[in-house]
Amino acid sequence: MKTKKTLHRSINPWQQCVLYSLLALASLFTGVVTAETLHEERSVYRNIFVTEVDGRRCLLFNAVRGERNQTCMNMRNPKEFVFHYARMTMAGLLVNPDPKNILIAGLGGGTLPTALHELYPNAKIEIVEIDQAVVNVAKNFFNFEESESVETHVVDARVFIKRAGLAGRKFDFIVLDAFTGEYIPEHMLTQEFLEEVKQVMTPDGVLISNTFSTSELYAHESETYRAVFGDFFNLKMSGSGNRVIIAQQKTLPSLGTLKANAQPLHETLKPYGVEILEFPGRMGTRPDWDQTRRVLTDQFSPANLLGR
Amino acid sequence: MTESRKNTLMQKVIVCAAFLNGFVIMTIELLGGRVLSPYFGTSVYVWGSIITIFMLSLSLGYLWGGRLSSRNPSHGMFAGFFGLSALLSLPIIFFAEWTMTQVFLVVEDPRYGSLIAATLLYFLPICFMGMVSPYSIRLLVSSEEHSGRMAGLLYFVSTLGSALGTLLTSFYFVLWFEIDTIMWGAVSVLLLSGAAILIVHRLPVREATGVHRYEN
Repeated sequence: MKTKKTLHRSINPWQQCVLYSLLALASLFTGVVTAETLHEERSVYRNIFVTEVDGRRCLLFNAVRGERNQTCMNMRNPKEFVFHYARMTMAGLLVNPDPKNILIAGLGGGTLPTALHELYPNAKIEIVEIDQAVVNVAKNFFNFEESESVETHVVDARVFIKRAGLAGRKFDFIVLDAFTGEYIPEHMLTQEFLEEVKQVMTPDGVLISNTFSTSELYAHESETYRAVFGDFFNLKMSGSGNRVIIAQQKTLPSLGTLKANAQPLHETLKPYGVEILEFPGRMGTRPDWDQTRRVLTDQFSPANLLGR
Repeated sequence: MTESRKNTLMQKVIVCAAFLNGFVIMTIELLGGRVLSPYFGTSVYVWGSIITIFMLSLSLGYLWGGRLSSRNPSHGMFAGFFGLSALLSLPIIFFAEWTMTQVFLVVEDPRYGSLIAATLLYFLPICFMGMVSPYSIRLLVSSEEHSGRMAGLLYFVSTLGSALGTLLTSFYFVLWFEIDTIMWGAVSVLLLSGAAILIVHRLPVREATGVHRYEN
């Protein structure tokens, strides 16, 4: 009784007001994140959060904005790709079903290299990630492992690819997955960059680029890929704001080839939640954007302004 | 034109030139990130290199500009700073790629690569732009007691110019123009500022007869 009284006396209306607004604010934050934060890692680029709710562990780059999951992992079934875009990336295997030298720009939680390593244990996988903190989080929370055949380089992807080109290195399966963050690396959307990527591709190598299907950037980006690669496959799924560009130096395979390549992959990819048989029919080359839009170059690449 | 009117006009031109100088410095700095990114990326140290070199160039420019202003300050020399800044900015348009390729081939580490490239491209022009500030204060100050006020005004306009240069470049110019086009704009602005100073300086002065002239 006594304690209650003193408590009441010690809180004046102003303090009450502050207390309630703090509570409201706190509930707002938990409402946005709706998950328990397991880990928070600061890096020079961003704050990285690892959250877990209902057995789903996620890597977030910007927790306050909500809905910014970079990678999620189903803890009950760690193999399964949680997001459409991760599944769609596997469509690259329809174009090159037997990759030997894989380059991945952008690590995220590392689910993609882990899966590719399981599927192709003899392939050499190199990952380029700008942020050491992301590598640490992927290792500690998402079962990402480096090995003789899975190697990570902490460096800007454009710098890595330019050097790889000078050294005459070639890859037959290149994934650009550096665009899902808050900030779009503008120097990795330009014609000059894609020319440099082309330099490090084997003649039958494939480029898989995970990008956006919304905003004004879509048309600019599509025109840029077309200027460098000509026709490309444009893979979109309903319920996903992402689109995946699949490009090759030589002429793209026919629908028949895609379907034929999908058959043997069907069973192997099933544990990853990838319905590969769905993809061939959705891989179109017909432009569905304004083809008069300007190609992005090192001189003109306001990607972050266009991507709004 | 009487001498006092000419002096007032000159003061206005100097203040405007200081504003534009501040504007151009930040426009060039922001574009620096774009210029270097194809070779050195957008890692945090690339911005570190650019900002370091700009600060270093400006600080030395302030020092040397201040020293030069103590011996026979002249409007001709002041205009010369603008001309040289413009001239020394041209390699950013014409030789940036060549310079960065050489650095890229020799220096493996993008930290030092970007630092060296930023030094080669930006040190000289930004140094001369830094010289403008102390020199313009010297040209504006006519008495000891209002020297602080003039210095305050100069800091105000040039930093305001920098703020606007940053904003307009990052929000709009990169969306409307190519990098080289914006650089040409910066060069033109510097040349026009220098020209305006020279023109006003050479304006003929009519001896005011029967009118009391206020010397300042």
